[in-house]
Amino acid sequence: MELFTNQVLAGIATGAIYACMALAVVMIYQAIDHLNFAQGEMAMFSTFISWQLMQWGIPYWGAFVITLVFSFIGGIAIERILFKPLAKAPVLTNVAGFIALFAIINSSAGLIWDFTIKQYPTPFGSAPFLGSQLISTHQAGMIGVTVLLLLGLYFFFQYTRIGLAMRAAASVPESARLVGINTSWMIALGWGMASAIGSIAGMLIAPVVFLEPNMMGGVLIYGFAAAVLGGLTSPFGGVVGGFLVGIFENLAGTYIPGVGNELKLPIALALIISVLVVKPAGLFGRHIVKRV
Amino acid sequence: MTQLLNVSDLRAYYGQVQALHGLSFSLNEGSLTTLLGANGAGKTTTLRAICNMVRSTGGIEFDGKPLSNRSTESIVRFGIAHVPQGRGTFTNMTVEENLQLGAITRKDSAGIVSDIERMYAHFPVLKQRHTQQAGTLSGGEQQMLAVARALMLRPRLMLLDEPSFGLAPLVVRDLFGILGKINREDKVSILVVEQNAQLALELADQAYVIETGRIVMSGNAKDIANNEEIRKSYLGY
Repeated sequence: MELFTNQVLAGIATGAIYACMALAVVMIYQAIDHLNFAQGEMAMFSTFISWQLMQWGIPYWGAFVITLVFSFIGGIAIERILFKPLAKAPVLTNVAGFIALFAIINSSAGLIWDFTIKQYPTPFGSAPFLGSQLISTHQAGMIGVTVLLLLGLYFFFQYTRIGLAMRAAASVPESARLVGINTSWMIALGWGMASAIGSIAGMLIAPVVFLEPNMMGGVLIYGFAAAVLGGLTSPFGGVVGGFLVGIFENLAGTYIPGVGNELKLPIALALIISVLVVKPAGLFGRHIVKRV
Repeated sequence: MTQLLNVSDLRAYYGQVQALHGLSFSLNEGSLTTLLGANGAGKTTTLRAICNMVRSTGGIEFDGKPLSNRSTESIVRFGIAHVPQGRGTFTNMTVEENLQLGAITRKDSAGIVSDIERMYAHFPVLKQRHTQQAGTLSGGEQQMLAVARALMLRPRLMLLDEPSFGLAPLVVRDLFGILGKINREDKVSILVVEQNAQLALELADQAYVIETGRIVMSGNAKDIANNEEIRKSYLGY
C-alpha cells in the first residue's frame, strides 16, 4: 500500500509538470488552432537562461522571476516574428514553422551551453517532505508552485477584463473584434503566457531530469498526451489530463510487468492514440460541430 | 439635421466577385434608417464594409472622420456597434460576461455596472438568466442579448443585421418596439438591414432600397411604405 501511495504522489508531482505543459499547449491551440511542437524547447531554453543567471550569482527566485519575464517577452516575440505572418497560411506551413522553431531553439541551446548534462538546483531541497518518506520536498514544491500558478490563471481568466477579452478572442474572434478587442494582440499575449507557463514547468522539472537541450522531449510528449486526454479545447481538461497522465505513467511503470522506466514513453504515445480513437474530443473538450 | 454617417461610391469585393457597385447613402444623427432589399442584394456586405470586415473602396465618413483603412476593432471605438447576422453571441460565456464584453473598450467601471442594470431593465429575461451560458438561450433571447451587448458600448450608431431573422413574429414585434425606444430615449442612431420590409418601414424614418449592390430607391419610410409600385417591384408585399 505504501508503494502505491508513494507512486500516486510521485505521479501527481510529475503530473503537475505535464499539466503546465498541457496548459501551455492548449492556450496556443485555442488561440491559433495549431499544436506548438516547440513548446518544450521554448521551456528548455528558458530553463537554461535561469541556470545561466544563477551561474552569474543571481539567487534562485531572482533568476526565476527574470526568466518568467524573459519567457513572456520571448513568447510574444516568436508570435510576432514567426507565426503572425503565417496566420492565414495552410496547416503544413505552420507545422513546418513549428519544426523549424524546434530545431533552431534546440541547436542554439546546444551551441551556447553545449550538450553535456548539467545539475540544476532546487530551492525546496530533496529531504523527505514533513518527515514522511512518501514524497520529497522538491516534489511537494512542484505541486505547490503548480497549484499557485493554476489558481492565479483561473482568477486572471475569470475575473479580469483582459482575461475576459482573451477568452472572447479565442472563442469567437469575429465577435471579439466587433466589441473592440484587438484579437491579434490577444493571441500574442496568449503566446507570452504559454511561454512563461512552460518555463515554470522547465525550471521545476530540471532538477529531476537534469538540464540539457533535449530534456523536455519526453515531458512534452506527456504534455501532449495530457492535452489530448483532457480535450485540446479545454484548459481545465488539459490540467486534469496532466495529473492523470502523471499518475498513470507511474503506476504503469510500477505495476505492469515489463514496462519499467524504458517503456513509459511509449505508454504516453499509446494513450494519445487510444484517446484519439475512442474519444477524439477528450474528457472535457467539446465536439466541433460545423454546419454544412 | 447633421449627417452622422456618409457613405459614397462604396464598392466591395469578395475575392474576385464584386458585391457592391458604387453605393451611396447617408444617415442623420438620431435617425432610424433601414436598408431594404432581397437576398443577395448587398445589405449585409454594406454593414460589413462600414466595419471594414470586407475589402472595399470608396468613402465612409462617420461624424466627418474617414473610417476607411481602419481596423474593425478601432472602428468600434468611434462608437459604432455592429450586431452581426447570426448575432455573434459568445455562446460559451455567461449572459453577464457577454454584456461586459460589449463594454470592454470602456474605462468607467461604475458606468458599466449601472449600464448592465439598465440592460436588465430593458430586457428582464436577461436578468433572469444572467449566470446562464449564452448558448443555452433561445433565438429571441440571444437576439435581445446581442442588442444589449451592442448598447453596452454606449454607441452613437448601431448597425443591426437582420434582427428579425429566425424569430417568432411576436418576438420580432417586441424587439422592434425596444429598438424604437432605444432610438428615441437613448438617442442612438440605428441603421437596420431587414428582409421584413413591412416591419422595418413601420419603425424607420428613412429608408433605402438596394438591388444588386446599388441603391435604387431612397426616401422617407412612410412614403416608400405607401408607394404601391415600389412595394410591389422591390419589396414584394
